[in-house]
Amino acid sequence: MSNPADNNADIIQEFLAETRENMDMMERDLVTWEKQPGDREMLDRIFRAIHTLKGTCGFLSFPKLELVAHQAENLLSLIRDGKKEAEPKVVTVLLQVLDNVRRHLSQIERTGEEKSDVFASVLADLQALQEANPQAAPVVAVEWEEEAQGPSADNSLRVEVGLLDRLMNLVGELVLARNQIAQIGLREDDPVMKGASQKLSHITSELQSSIMKTRLQPIGNVWSKFPRLVRDAALAGGKKIRLELSGQQTELDKSIIEAVKDPLTHLIRNCIDHGIETPERRMTAGKPEEGVIRLRAFHEGGLVLVEIGDDGAGIRPELIREAAIRRGLVNMTKADTLTDHDLIQLIFVPGFSTAREVTKLSGRGVGMDVVKTNLERISGTIDVISSLGEGTLFKIKLPLTLAIIPALIVESGGGRFAIPQISLLEVIRLDPKSAREKIEGIDNIPFYRLRGRLLPLVYLNRELGLKSPKKVSDETSQMIHIVVLESHGGPFGLIVDEVRDTEEIVVKPLGRQLKSLAVFAGATIMGDGQVVLILDVTGLAQGVRSGEAVEQRNTQKRGKIEEAPKQGPTGEELLLFQIGDEGQWAVRLSEVTRLEEFNFNEIEREGVAAVVQYRGEIMPLMPLRQLLLPNGKAPRVAGLEDKLQVIVHSKDGARCGLWVDKIIDIAKEPLVLQRQKSSPGILGSMVIQQKVTQVIDIESLIKLDKARNLLEMTEVHGRN
Amino acid sequence: MNTQVCTFMLGETLFGVDVSAVQEVLRPQAMTLVPLAPPVVRGLINLRGQIITAIDLRERLGLPPAVATVPGMNLVVRLPDEILSFLVDEVGEVMNLSEDQFEDTPVTLQGAISDVITGVYKLKDRLLLLLNVTAAAKLPAESN
Repeated sequence: MSNPADNNADIIQEFLAETRENMDMMERDLVTWEKQPGDREMLDRIFRAIHTLKGTCGFLSFPKLELVAHQAENLLSLIRDGKKEAEPKVVTVLLQVLDNVRRHLSQIERTGEEKSDVFASVLADLQALQEANPQAAPVVAVEWEEEAQGPSADNSLRVEVGLLDRLMNLVGELVLARNQIAQIGLREDDPVMKGASQKLSHITSELQSSIMKTRLQPIGNVWSKFPRLVRDAALAGGKKIRLELSGQQTELDKSIIEAVKDPLTHLIRNCIDHGIETPERRMTAGKPEEGVIRLRAFHEGGLVLVEIGDDGAGIRPELIREAAIRRGLVNMTKADTLTDHDLIQLIFVPGFSTAREVTKLSGRGVGMDVVKTNLERISGTIDVISSLGEGTLFKIKLPLTLAIIPALIVESGGGRFAIPQISLLEVIRLDPKSAREKIEGIDNIPFYRLRGRLLPLVYLNRELGLKSPKKVSDETSQMIHIVVLESHGGPFGLIVDEVRDTEEIVVKPLGRQLKSLAVFAGATIMGDGQVVLILDVTGLAQGVRSGEAVEQRNTQKRGKIEEAPKQGPTGEELLLFQIGDEGQWAVRLSEVTRLEEFNFNEIEREGVAAVVQYRGEIMPLMPLRQLLLPNGKAPRVAGLEDKLQVIVHSKDGARCGLWVDKIIDIAKEPLVLQRQKSSPGILGSMVIQQKVTQVIDIESLIKLDKARNLLEMTEVHGRN
Repeated sequence: MNTQVCTFMLGETLFGVDVSAVQEVLRPQAMTLVPLAPPVVRGLINLRGQIITAIDLRERLGLPPAVATVPGMNLVVRLPDEILSFLVDEVGEVMNLSEDQFEDTPVTLQGAISDVITGVYKLKDRLLLLLNVTAAAKLPAESN
């Protein structure tokens, strides 16, 4: 939990280590100086050491230590000014001071407090020596019980970062050499060679992780400034905010810690300025007056996750949507198909944050694109989750270290490429048959239907201008490999020829001549000595975005056609589904936000209406069987484990779910209705894929559903 | 003042590089092609664990590609902030050349060659063009 105390403990540990170093140096200096009392430089060094000790003790409030340092300083300054001879007794007493300081330090380390009366006798000696005509000061050693030495600050060592960098590079080279040997080891039959290779592999891994550890620092080091930041900014904004920290001990590479400092500061500022409401507003909303910002760090799957959350007002997706449309970042049709989660991610799009009215309205977004870019530079990712009135949570994923990263090796267009694991979501393998069924093209931009969402696809070989591999005549042997990657604009699928292993790779920068290539993040050397390029997922995603632009143009075009009374020949995407046992039904894809599955036991009741909890909201379910089939009473009876197929529709921020029996396909057809408005809730019917298909009208269905609920309600009331 | 120059050939033309810039000369190496790279970048080579960009010097100088029979050599040079390999047809010897044999790049010399040449040494029977390594390392677009 939050801890000034913890930070303090860190400072004290550092103070102890530093003072011990100083005392050791002073001891040597004192001994040297005793032999050459005229050595002015030596005297100055001793003086400075004592002076530093005095200053730090004052700062950390160790008054006893401060007093003894002060007295020692006085004595030394008399000698320095020539008012006192540098006699052996002076050195003896000063050495005693040293011994006592050391004991005192151990005691502070154990108990965290200053023990009383430790320095009584040395203080007397020091004072006696400062008097004009000193009496023989009795030298009385204070009795000390020998303490059992626990792990002390003495066990640490200061090492230059440059040296660690060099070690890290060397280990990188060693990892490469190890990978090479391991490959040879696989080919060789010689058991001795095999054994040696395995041993080498083992030791290298251990060495690698040990050296990586030397560069690790607790993330709490950069957090230490935050309590003050929160306090000051909250005061300035007239807010009451409590900062809760957890996981300060989570360790990260020094370079990453430094790179993550600014983005974290920015996000915290954002939580203070825009997330947490004023105390009055919080009271009206029924929340405690004091807002909370939670900062949490922890390890997960070889990565470090940092979460920054507040319990403030949250982000209003509608405002983001409006702002994004006004800024021309998405068009209206596209915005309607975005889920709230997707909408909120738009705060990271460059350009979103620049307009002042946007930030005022949305309350967030100042420089969010910069936060994202800075995190991406160190191969990190950021996600934001917000629920209205409850708060906002930023989730940051960071690699442990930069130099050596896990990567997936793929092949495309005859070359091998490495994809950083951090961006990898999943790998999908399709046989050509299901590929033909599930990969659809919209204006030549391919999409894959992944769990009900359209995943834009990119062919790696085309993106890189490489030839596609020779067509294998036997089509069944041609599998399609889709590597699903996470990027700025949401996930996308990268189609590659082959997926190989994951490997630890050492990232090397590309030469100046190749820096302009956005699709590569660097290069690495594989076990066989070959150089392999590392793909830059953000750069590749730009290829996807241009694909999306085509899609947007397409939807814009479609929007215009919809306004016209008759449909043009361009065709419209229709989602085909089934309710009941016969016939085919369709809904315009532009009206579909998502396809979801629910369990039967997730259905709850709100009055007579069936509802489900969806993304923190209550979403009404419209059972299409009951609404559209002549005698459709209850939906098909099913076991509790059965999944419920739901088409999510959203309009003006309100969502509803269409409960259907089965999703069949997506068809692209010119929407030419052969029979218009055959019954309520139906736009008309037409033939799609040789089947008579009824196209539903969601708006009128919603009205129908309301009417039906009302009717049922009165029935229930009537019975009572 | 004498200068030591490492000579190399591109077609029939004799070139030279200040020998202090040359790190080593390598036979043809396994090369990783870089898709979308500018044409002067032939690929990446693994030089004892270091990844080095190989520049096609013929392409850089606007010369036609070498005939297939020329295997090509890697002339690895050290620049202040990078190490590069220039792909040349053949690497010759190290020559001692004196200052009075040197002349600035003749104004008649035009095209990409003139951008990357420091000057010309007049040898007994032929000319030697002294390559400006820093200029040759730049992409053609950058040097304009």
